[in-house]
Amino acid sequence: MEKTPVLPARTELTVTDLVPFGSIGDKKFFALTLSRPHWSNWHPGQFIMLRPSSWNSELTWARPFSICRVTNQSLVLFFQVVGRGTEQIAQLKPKDKVIVWGPLGTHFAMENMPTLLLAGGIGIAPFAGYVEQYNLQNKLTMFFSHRLPEQYYPVESLTRHIEVETNYEQNSEDLQVTLDIIYKKMKIMAENNGLVLACGPMPFLKNIWRNALSLGVATQLSLEQRMACGIGACLGCVSTTSDVYPDKEKVGLPVQTCTKGPVFWAHKLNLDA
Amino acid sequence: MNTHISLKTKNGLSLELKNPVMSASGTFGYGTEFMPYGDVSKLGAIIVKGLSLKPRPGNPLPRIAETPCGMLNAVGLQNDGVEAFIQHKLPALPTHDVPVIANIYAACAEDFGELANILSKEEKLAGLEVNISCPNVKAGGVLFGQDPLMASSIVQAVKKNAGKLPVIVKLSPNVTNIAEMAKAVEAAGADMISCINTITGMAVDIRTRKPLLANIVGGLSGPAIKPVALRCVWQVAQAVQIPVIGIGGIRSAKDVLEFILVGASAVEIGTASFTDPTTIFRIIQELPHVCEELGIKNLEEYRNTLITG
Repeated sequence: MEKTPVLPARTELTVTDLVPFGSIGDKKFFALTLSRPHWSNWHPGQFIMLRPSSWNSELTWARPFSICRVTNQSLVLFFQVVGRGTEQIAQLKPKDKVIVWGPLGTHFAMENMPTLLLAGGIGIAPFAGYVEQYNLQNKLTMFFSHRLPEQYYPVESLTRHIEVETNYEQNSEDLQVTLDIIYKKMKIMAENNGLVLACGPMPFLKNIWRNALSLGVATQLSLEQRMACGIGACLGCVSTTSDVYPDKEKVGLPVQTCTKGPVFWAHKLNLDA
Repeated sequence: MNTHISLKTKNGLSLELKNPVMSASGTFGYGTEFMPYGDVSKLGAIIVKGLSLKPRPGNPLPRIAETPCGMLNAVGLQNDGVEAFIQHKLPALPTHDVPVIANIYAACAEDFGELANILSKEEKLAGLEVNISCPNVKAGGVLFGQDPLMASSIVQAVKKNAGKLPVIVKLSPNVTNIAEMAKAVEAAGADMISCINTITGMAVDIRTRKPLLANIVGGLSGPAIKPVALRCVWQVAQAVQIPVIGIGGIRSAKDVLEFILVGASAVEIGTASFTDPTTIFRIIQELPHVCEELGIKNLEEYRNTLITG
């Protein structure tokens, strides 16, 4: 998984665009476009910490966001309004300044093998950049489950490159359909020595984690946790390792999701802890 | 201007700081985490994450919560243990260029003494900070810091084993009379006092009816606690002869001067390092300029010059 080591940096960036997704008036999902940071490199699955420059001391922390895409001109994030911080970030206007530090954390593997992308809801964000960077798109398959209509999510940025199978979950039967599809698709990956990459809410990831262990398929999970610093200092975002975690001193113990993750190999975690 | 600070102790020990700005334990990792964001050798001193004899897993999640102008934490002193620190973390720090201070925690006086003994053999260390004020651990922690007799016994155990390392005792604000605690640890041999650790608090969600922390209660830090910290530092500085290090909600060079004005010889930057990893470097850069603006030529002369009547 380790490729080029990427040193994070802290910079001030400028907002260039903020586009709401979904129906008019229901402003919960946004694509935020910022001026491009001077990063030497980055990898899909990594994240940034973002804090509007105008914030005073009322809000204490920056907010973590998965990197959605990086283009020649811009850094694009996709986020859902979930609390006080994202509510205010959703009010940003073009030319507003934001403090950003990153790229942070580990990233998704890119291998020459059949690769299944599994996204749940807002977990779709890092895969836009993944399919753009991955140059063997015929190896990719993707399944996306979501609880709001498709127009709330940047599905188009993926369907431009690959086919995406989706399931709109409106009740518990739809949820069962999602779980069945995920199992079947992971089983195919297991039989073909493939790779599974997943990002989404914790119940979604836990299900995939169990499948990964029972099917023995190479699987990476991108975890989301409440974070204060994003750089491994606050110890607020820890995840518990399994007994095969490579760092012997950390076996069965909590490790920082921000620096040892957010992308972990499923078998190296104990999500039941 | 020269911001050099010399923290001298009664028995001829001293901590020489390039400037009065240190990192607060638990908010600066083991120092290396912040290297991409600034030159850590520019700090007055680096105080690392609290160490215990054996590794500690800490408390269950969620263990942090954002509150207005601050945050609650109940991390519970998760750390890799003193041996891992000596083997892996300490060698990665520029100890020639910046004093590195180990913050220590134990559940009894005997273990505190053993920790001090192990660390006193590390030539790369410049001091010890004794945590008798953590609100998030079941054994010891803040209880030690609430009882003058217990606090004294711990300070004595550490001093007996600390060799040439100056011993800073970190006090809790969760007491009725912090000046009494300060006098007790001074009498027990503390070389310096740092205060304050976090203030116990809680936050709840009225919809889920759950506390925001799995531990239910945690320690409040950030700008919200600065007035309490200033009051404590002022009271402690009036009560003792040894140097006092101020901690609590500092996020600018002006905040640093507020603490020095009420009697602190140096300060620690905590939660503000989470808000932006460059905060401590910015404060160190700004401090001489703010002093110049205010006509402060010497921090030691400015210290403890609050006009009260």
